[in-house]
Amino acid sequence: MTEKAPSGAGGFDISRAWTDERVRGVIFQIALVLGVAGLAAFIVNNTIANYEEAGLSFGYGFLFDTANFDINQRLIEYASTSTYGRALGVGALNTILVAVMGVAAATLIGFVTGVLRLSNNFLVSRTVAVWVEFTRNVPVLLQIIFWWLIMLALPKVRDSLSLGETVFLNNRGVRLPSPIFEDGSAIVLTIVLLGVVATAVVRRWAKKRQDATGRTFPVGWAGLGLIVGVPVMAYFALGQPLDLDVPVQKRFNLQGGVSITPELVALWLALSTYTGAFISEIVRAGILAVSRGQTEAAGALGLRRNLTMREIVLPQALRVIVPPMTSQYLNLTKNSSLAVAIGYQDIVSTGDTILNQSGQAIEVISLYMVFYLTLSLLTSSYMNWYNKRIALVER
Amino acid sequence: MKFKQIAGAVAVAGALCVAGGMPGQAATLDDVKAAGTLKCGINTGLPGFAYTDDAGKWTGFDVAYCRALAAAVLGDANKVTFVNLTGKTRFPALAAGEIDVLSRNTTWTLSRDVDLGFTFIGVNYYDGQGFIGRKALGVKSAKELGGASVCIQTGTTTELNLADFFRINKIKYEPVPIETNAEARAAYDAERCDVYTTDASGLAATRTTFPKPGDHMVFPEIISKEPLGPLVRQGDDQWADIARWTLNALITAEELGVTQGNVAKMAEGTDNPEINRMLGKEGSMGKMLGLDANWAARAIAAEGNYAEMFERYIGADSPLGLGRGLNALYKDGGILYSPPFR
Repeated sequence: MTEKAPSGAGGFDISRAWTDERVRGVIFQIALVLGVAGLAAFIVNNTIANYEEAGLSFGYGFLFDTANFDINQRLIEYASTSTYGRALGVGALNTILVAVMGVAAATLIGFVTGVLRLSNNFLVSRTVAVWVEFTRNVPVLLQIIFWWLIMLALPKVRDSLSLGETVFLNNRGVRLPSPIFEDGSAIVLTIVLLGVVATAVVRRWAKKRQDATGRTFPVGWAGLGLIVGVPVMAYFALGQPLDLDVPVQKRFNLQGGVSITPELVALWLALSTYTGAFISEIVRAGILAVSRGQTEAAGALGLRRNLTMREIVLPQALRVIVPPMTSQYLNLTKNSSLAVAIGYQDIVSTGDTILNQSGQAIEVISLYMVFYLTLSLLTSSYMNWYNKRIALVER
Repeated sequence: MKFKQIAGAVAVAGALCVAGGMPGQAATLDDVKAAGTLKCGINTGLPGFAYTDDAGKWTGFDVAYCRALAAAVLGDANKVTFVNLTGKTRFPALAAGEIDVLSRNTTWTLSRDVDLGFTFIGVNYYDGQGFIGRKALGVKSAKELGGASVCIQTGTTTELNLADFFRINKIKYEPVPIETNAEARAAYDAERCDVYTTDASGLAATRTTFPKPGDHMVFPEIISKEPLGPLVRQGDDQWADIARWTLNALITAEELGVTQGNVAKMAEGTDNPEINRMLGKEGSMGKMLGLDANWAARAIAAEGNYAEMFERYIGADSPLGLGRGLNALYKDGGILYSPPFR
């Protein structure tokens, strides 16, 4: 260290290197990169060694092995003779199902309660405030278990509550009649779809006309007629080509129709009320962010209160509301993995069973990660696109 | 500067890990001795097998084995750290070294023994999977369960046996997957499911916790073989030997009439050379295992021999009221058979 390097004008003195901030920076950067690379190498090395020691081999080939276990809620064909990969697919679809249902319900709950909280009625706004604070501040896992216990406390299967002997409710869930499609039902379905398209066209036309002339058109009633009225007429005209498979009480359970498990209902209720409470606050903040002058101006023009809310305040509030909503949707999707606590067979629940049977822990966990990452990125990119669309257009 | 210090620390740590962190063959015995406590994986709660007594102390048939092993290795039956594990968490916990031995009514199967990388050290309870249901259902056999909802613990062999049983008999059913025995009990109690299936011993244990045990019946079908026993990680033969021969010592003690009460006296020497070898008076079996001479005597003194443990926690006079059945000694009509201490 005492050795001196020749120090010419502007030359580099190795013994002084430590005091030169730039050199020190480079040294630290190199050390950091080496350190991180070293840690990564160690983790990979250690994992491979542990796998070898345990006699396991890394790879995704196990996905083609037979699963040998059953899943009670299947959106696609599955039996215990199917593969692990298919079991994981069934679980993934169950996660997507509860996430989509949850996002829809949470948005609805959030918007309604968010607006209600700003109500001038003291009782309404206070009740909503108490509900929001309570729901937001109790861990979602407890709420999931709470709703599950509520579901279990419903009448037993032999004393099911029924609605005209077609829809049944008991502590094994909800059982609905399922449709049986006969000849001609395709025509009715086509008419329904055409009704939806026609309603969209009418809506565009009505908006254009209102912008141009100020005259309104009852789009809601027209839509109802197009989507429900016309198909119902067609249904009877074609001789009722749709039959129902109505559940019947058998020795152990109701048979026939479609069943919605109490686990799905409990998870859905818990996730949508929990996230709904957060969305409620976002909506409230968004509405408050719209300047009061806007409301007053609308009032001065003689707009009714609900029209003011729908046409003036909410469109402006949406710009504030949408970005934080994205993270609420992502949270809801990720929280759905708590389903494992009540035995809803989502991707984590089925994956854990696979992990336990096959021992391929890292592979299964990596599949969870890829799945949730993909779902989250898709949600974000859609929300970003929507946010751009509703953003203030500056001219 | 703060950032640079942290960066430096990370770099050094990384380098150290690469240099010194290559995983080698861990000697579990040394680890246990160094820690001064045996980490034993047990159930989250199953009457008779692993439950807390009035004083909040873990006790039961599976727990007793942990205590015997701790007594053999560490000289004190209380030097055990119990880790409660579910059907799903038990294998990762053992594989990762969070526990030294798993004594949690676990079925010995080929894939667990070979593919998951564990070593089963013997069988401490020969069991089989059965069903429990309400007598009011009027069901006499599991084959009549077409269309029923069946509660099942996830991540267990019972889940697979159930699927096989219904597939073979071409019966449809609704599986209701549950994480722990306690939750399964709650779901069954609320009639979320018509029947609950698990190992017959577990059913007997769960039945005792119902308000009216007499209203429920265990169906006659036993649909699988479930040899339950403790297991350790594969690759440490010395530790597996210690665990195996501790269990064998408890069984042999019953065979030779060595009990919790007389083990201290017998350890001073008897006329039977096998007792003398086992209890360390003759030969050097303790040394072969890497333990001292009195290891087996201490293991037996901890909770008694196999029969004493069985009768105390799960036997005919306990609330579970299980008969010895297959779990009697081979000379009494069962299949319990320990290799000789020679």
